[in-house]
Amino acid sequence: MSSPSPTAPPRSFVWSRRIFLTLLTGFVLLPVYVMASSSLKPLQDVSGRFRWLPSGLTVRPYLDIWKTVPLAKYFVNSLIVAGAATVLSVVVAVFAAYAVSRYRFRGKRVFTVTVLSTQMFPGILFLLPLFLIFVNVGNTTGVALYGSRGGLILTYLTFSLPFSIWMLIGYLDSVPRDLDEAAMVDGCGPLGALFRVVVPAAIPGIVAVAVYAFMTAWGEVLFASVMTNDTTRTLAVGLQGYATQNDVYWNQVMAASLVVSLPVVAGFLLLQRYLVAGLTAGAVK
Amino acid sequence: MTPPTPAPTAVGAQAPPERAERSGPPRARRRSSRAPGWIRRASLPYLLLLPALALELLVHLVPMVIGVVMSFKTLTQFYIRDWTTAPWSGFDNYRISVDFSAPVGKDLLDSFVTTCLFTVASVALCWLLGTAAAVFMQESFRGRGLLRALFLVPYALPVYAAVITWAFMFQRDNGLVNHVLHDQLGLGGDRAFWLIGDNSFYALLTVSVWKGWPFAFLIVTAGLQNIPKELYEAAAIDGAGVWQQIRRITLPSLRPVNQVLVLVLFLWTFNDFNTPYVLFGRSAPKAADLVSIHIYQSSFVTWNFGTGAAMSVLLVLFLLVVTGGYLLLTSRGRKSADV
Amino acid sequence: MRRLRAAAAFATVTALAATASACGGGSDTGGSGGNDSPKSLTYWASNQGPNIEADKKILTAELKKFEQQSGIKVKLEVIPWSDLLNRILAATTSGQGPDVLNIGNTWSASLQATGALLPWDQAAFDAIGGRARFADSAVAAAGAPGKDPAAVPLYSLSYALYYNKKMFADAGIAKPPATWDELVADGKRLSKDGKWALGAEGANLANNIHQVFVLGKQHGADFFDSAGKPTFTSEGAVAAVKQYVDFMAKDRIVAPGNAEYAQNQSLRDFSTGRTAMVLWQAAASTFAAQGMKPEDWGVAPVPVPAGTPDAVKNVNSMVAGINISVFKNTHNRDGALRFVKFMTSDEEQRILNKTYGSIPPVKAAQQDPAFGAPDTSVLKETLLKSAAPLPQVPEESQFETAVGTAVKGLWADAAAGREVTTESVKEALTKAQQQMPK
Repeated sequence: MSSPSPTAPPRSFVWSRRIFLTLLTGFVLLPVYVMASSSLKPLQDVSGRFRWLPSGLTVRPYLDIWKTVPLAKYFVNSLIVAGAATVLSVVVAVFAAYAVSRYRFRGKRVFTVTVLSTQMFPGILFLLPLFLIFVNVGNTTGVALYGSRGGLILTYLTFSLPFSIWMLIGYLDSVPRDLDEAAMVDGCGPLGALFRVVVPAAIPGIVAVAVYAFMTAWGEVLFASVMTNDTTRTLAVGLQGYATQNDVYWNQVMAASLVVSLPVVAGFLLLQRYLVAGLTAGAVK
Repeated sequence: MTPPTPAPTAVGAQAPPERAERSGPPRARRRSSRAPGWIRRASLPYLLLLPALALELLVHLVPMVIGVVMSFKTLTQFYIRDWTTAPWSGFDNYRISVDFSAPVGKDLLDSFVTTCLFTVASVALCWLLGTAAAVFMQESFRGRGLLRALFLVPYALPVYAAVITWAFMFQRDNGLVNHVLHDQLGLGGDRAFWLIGDNSFYALLTVSVWKGWPFAFLIVTAGLQNIPKELYEAAAIDGAGVWQQIRRITLPSLRPVNQVLVLVLFLWTFNDFNTPYVLFGRSAPKAADLVSIHIYQSSFVTWNFGTGAAMSVLLVLFLLVVTGGYLLLTSRGRKSADV
Repeated sequence: MRRLRAAAAFATVTALAATASACGGGSDTGGSGGNDSPKSLTYWASNQGPNIEADKKILTAELKKFEQQSGIKVKLEVIPWSDLLNRILAATTSGQGPDVLNIGNTWSASLQATGALLPWDQAAFDAIGGRARFADSAVAAAGAPGKDPAAVPLYSLSYALYYNKKMFADAGIAKPPATWDELVADGKRLSKDGKWALGAEGANLANNIHQVFVLGKQHGADFFDSAGKPTFTSEGAVAAVKQYVDFMAKDRIVAPGNAEYAQNQSLRDFSTGRTAMVLWQAAASTFAAQGMKPEDWGVAPVPVPAGTPDAVKNVNSMVAGINISVFKNTHNRDGALRFVKFMTSDEEQRILNKTYGSIPPVKAAQQDPAFGAPDTSVLKETLLKSAAPLPQVPEESQFETAVGTAVKGLWADAAAGREVTTESVKEALTKAQQQMPK
């Protein structure tokens, strides 16, 4: 696509690239291979000494995963929670970042610094207080936050918000102001300019932020373990169900992990072209 | 936050000199204030910030204040049921935490030092891998799209799944790592332990980098898209080779992105709880006793929430200082960017 | 101007925090629970069966029976062990919890101290048929001595020595060891050709505690004195910990790899014939699941020191098990008691303990022939005659963490080939003791 140089890159570059990317791919894929091969082995073999090539293959783990743990339910919960948290987080962050990037107002620095500083709080510090607040909000308003997906969505969206805002400020700053001004001259209001011009131009940044927000919510363990119940449990916690009192069903954990990750990886595959669609595409009015 | 660096980013390139009488050249962002009716819409930025502010208040700030209050209380199993009745303990919790001659304080200090080392190593490696991969993949080649998606796989796997797989690979007797090192390469005498003892630091670092570098890759990749192509073309005409272009254009242009990225990775790694918790369980080996897991153990596992809260507050203070220093350092010369 | 704003913002945050904390705590429904929702109950069960789904199936069938008898609908949630204690803590701080819940019996005294659980006084016990129905050792593990128990025993377990018959026969050993000296002697004959005599879970804090607690008893040591103060560094405690770790460090009958075990890998080693013995609670179903035939393994009581002195030093197991408890904030106190009565009825005790492979703490149910199989009868005898509860002190969790971690560290030392001496054990335990709250 956007080639940095009109001439072909020199050999040293091509070879460095080849070696580096090959090694990196190996590093990335090693655990994935272990997962895939282990997920096809009988438990007996998985628990034994590691072998590169499985001696016997079985698809049993892929059938058993649904019985050991209500995997489908957890998956749907995770998808709803992570999906909603992502969408909301991105929308809220775009508004905030737009304000900071384009407007001059009193308290701007206080806002940005405060938002960033919230990212420093260790989760442990506010797990119990947050739980208390949720329960109290529930008791006084009747809105059930504790144990519900809503509460978890709210929590996760706030987890990713600070960095999302910070990163988006950077991305929005790099969208030329001439664009919004031209849009406003064309009769758009500030919000019109934001959605018609600025957001499309900042798509790679927004996608990056969305992926970040999604993964933050997708993998979180600690809060999910306390804030969910039987019906709202997410994958991150639910997968631990394969490690039972008696045994760790390694093959099933790995099979389940692969099954639930596949849609997410496919989603990334679809999204990755927006990551690079870039300013140039968006800037064409 | 990312106004003009010496590098000719899009922002810098667009900075129009004619606005100088109002905000000065580096303040390109203020141009929007020229928009008609600025005063009438003075409330708009606040409205835009409101949702973010409200959420932060509910989920972060208020709980944090409660957490700070907790740190001044003796909040053990005897009082958690109604913690407003817990006796005030003044600075006792803090005193215990920073008394480095006693075991509690000394352990916290050790854990803190371990965390710092771990964080610096992990962030450096994540950044290095992520940036290198993004730069190498800036230019199109066959299979690039596939590789890009592949590189995001560590990021897409649920943390628990990824870490438990690594734990599986790091097993002493049955794991892949020792199988390769010991059985296949014949290194060393005895099989090494990775999940207990001193090597656990490297095990944790490996997992953390494996999980973290795709994020750096993602952010840098997105950041690269905003570097105007003309810059490369101009450099190419000047006779700069690929390596020189990377050094002279790519890396400087990434500075604003890097500023945020490194900070994000730092805070993230420093406070990471999920990875050590899944890898080692409730009690991490000393060499890999990250502060987050240490605080978890000092509060949840041992039911002493006051001390845990005090340790957390100390941690936040430390991070605030580091972040403040970092921002001052990296924004030197362009502080004026903010109001 | 800006300062004013900041001050206003701060005031808002503080006010919000104050509101949140003012209504924090679980005192909404007063001390002993109400009865304002008599037709439903929430029950948090622990994971006892092969997995959560199996538990749900097993318990739902029983809960239906209860609904038919009482008209009370029980909402069941089976909570994995990894989450259970955190969920209970969160419920305790907020007052938002279940009506009835299972707790690990070692948590009893700690949870009792929070005041979140209904105390089982005479009246409450009478409502479920009286305290005398339960085995004493099981009730002793339901709260601090001298106080009304915080829970009622539901499933009981004890430790036994499981051994591989074929490996014993091959090594020419006629019968399982009855004393530690015999175990070490047998162990040295068994540990060869890549096989090992004894399995251990070196990185599992709770398991470490269970083992050193028993060895401590045999050395005449408790980890707490009668006033509830930690005595981790007593001669007996040090000797107990050293004896346990020495199985690897000195006697070399435990494979070094066991130092990192925390997920019952030692059971897998046993069922695949890599180790000849494990000390475990009710492992039969696991062995079966792992493909080991029942006739291939035998069960014996956990060894004791040679010479069989007094009763205290004959203790060879902790009282393991699960207690059932009523949350003080329940909205259906009578229903909750009724439900506990149902769960601890002779009939349900038989069914549930049989299903889970545990021993009923209810004496009448113990008579069932199902609990007379060779393995369960050993567990039952141990439970009745020579099991002692872990220290029932509020600081039990701290004890488990501090001492369990110390033992884990010593295992790691032993596995790495570092020397484990009385001094190094004492040093580790001193550090553990200093971490206990004053």
